[in-house]
Amino acid sequence: MKSTKSDKPSGKSSANPMTIGSLIDTPSELTDSSSSKSAIVLMTRIRLARNLAGHPFPGWAKPAQREKILGACREAVTATGAMKRGLAVGVDELGELEKRILVERHLISRELSGSKQGSGVVISKDQAFSVMINEEDHLRIQMLRAGFQLKKAWASITEMDSLLEDSLDFAFSPTLGYLTACPTNLGTGMRASAMMHLPALVIANQMEKVVRAVNQLGMVVRGLFGEGSDASGSIFQISNQTTLGESEEEILKRLSGVLQSIIEHELNARARLLEQDSGKLFDKIGRAYGILQNGHILSSNEAMNLLSLIRLGVDLGVFPDAKRSVTDRLFIEAQPGHLQYAQKGEFEAGQRDLLRAERLRSEFANFARPDFTLSSPGNN
Amino acid sequence: MANPLKCDLCSKPATVHLTQILDNKVHKVDLCEDCAQEKGVTDPSGFSLADLLLKASLNPEATVATGVRCEQCGFTPNDFKKQGRFGCPACYGAFKGILDPMLEGMHKGIVHSGKVPQKALERKSLYDKLTQLEVDLSEAIKAERYEDAARCRDEINQVRQAVGQKQR
Ligand SMILES: [Zn+2]
Ligand SMILES: [Zn+2]
Repeated sequence: MKSTKSDKPSGKSSANPMTIGSLIDTPSELTDSSSSKSAIVLMTRIRLARNLAGHPFPGWAKPAQREKILGACREAVTATGAMKRGLAVGVDELGELEKRILVERHLISRELSGSKQGSGVVISKDQAFSVMINEEDHLRIQMLRAGFQLKKAWASITEMDSLLEDSLDFAFSPTLGYLTACPTNLGTGMRASAMMHLPALVIANQMEKVVRAVNQLGMVVRGLFGEGSDASGSIFQISNQTTLGESEEEILKRLSGVLQSIIEHELNARARLLEQDSGKLFDKIGRAYGILQNGHILSSNEAMNLLSLIRLGVDLGVFPDAKRSVTDRLFIEAQPGHLQYAQKGEFEAGQRDLLRAERLRSEFANFARPDFTLSSPGNN
Repeated sequence: MANPLKCDLCSKPATVHLTQILDNKVHKVDLCEDCAQEKGVTDPSGFSLADLLLKASLNPEATVATGVRCEQCGFTPNDFKKQGRFGCPACYGAFKGILDPMLEGMHKGIVHSGKVPQKALERKSLYDKLTQLEVDLSEAIKAERYEDAARCRDEINQVRQAVGQKQR
């Protein structure tokens, strides 16, 4: 690479104080920043696809070329201030369980976790930034923030991108913008998304309608844990479909408008549920509490749905506001990889369900008791 | 859900629903979990329907017949058909004929109007200038135009300095 000022071989970076273990034990943006501000939008994420000029894309590059690209990118990324004391590893250095944990934390993609020699990831200490190297593109820069934070996330990620530009020559065309392996990412190379908790729209059977409306506006809706309109945990991811022809700000503004309107629909649906049949809604929340406190077998899907109801209870004032961070952390920690890590061993799916219930019982043993007198429809 | 839609590919109940407007026509795709996985619809933020339609919409005869090849990386239109991805950034120039019709309707527009890697572009124009000056220099020396050669050398030094500054 003609523009990287590398005089020493750049593969392994010097000190690497962070490990997967410490990553799990360190407070992170996703698991520890929940507040009433993230009531409906749990998390905002922006990712930028970038490639080095004059080099084949990862899927077409030969092994030696991939290694060279990995070295140059890794050196540039780890040199940024945001990555100080972060984690920088090659995918081949990670075990199956470690990869699974990183996927469950949204820090690497499934595609990267299954990729061949010459791929890697750099993750910041607070796990807000992660940069995948040699996934579909040379660089996939990701910024993750708790709550509805498109503007802040954009400000941070564009700063990181500009810093990398100091030492890396990105492939760029004045007409087509940033050149990416797949033409669907051309232009800004930006995919912005929000993870939304929409239990009332799911209970009221309105998700199908919402998905279609959002699609018409050029945005994509996906279930986060499950699929389509009945995703488990009622958590959905909404992101922009197109990347060329609009500036980053225009895309974010459009996405932001769509998110606002989904928030309104969810709040209206909650108000209607409370108005029309609060007994039925409170029954769901109360039963969820009972099962989490006393159940002995919980599949991942059931656990997500129960936690979703508890989270809705927090939003409605049935549980104290501070408990929202517990549900958000458990959304991640009840995933198979995290469970397995916590129990230090390999487990079959059936055994995992026992462990999951055990874990949740202990979390909910001291969880605040539900108070159904507080609720008011306007409360979000 | 009252009326479950069926998967377009295998008619199991569809759980992934995507809609996009292409060439003023509304395209809808409903997929079941298995087919979505198989089609690579696994990364919610990275997926786009256009990607799915892209492979279907490529006219096989047209692409095979052209016989073009990217000079930089050796990629051919057939490779693109197989992978749905290009080989290197230069492929965008080599396969303009295939790309342009595809881009119609894939995005909001066909011209980029966002962030520009300013520093990298400035660096590139300096490198280009340097290359040109080095050509000029060797020609001047060959033709024994020593005054021109001296001027080229001065300019080369200036540009080299500027390049150094651009690298932090
Ligand atoms: Zn199917
Ligand atoms: Zn090429």
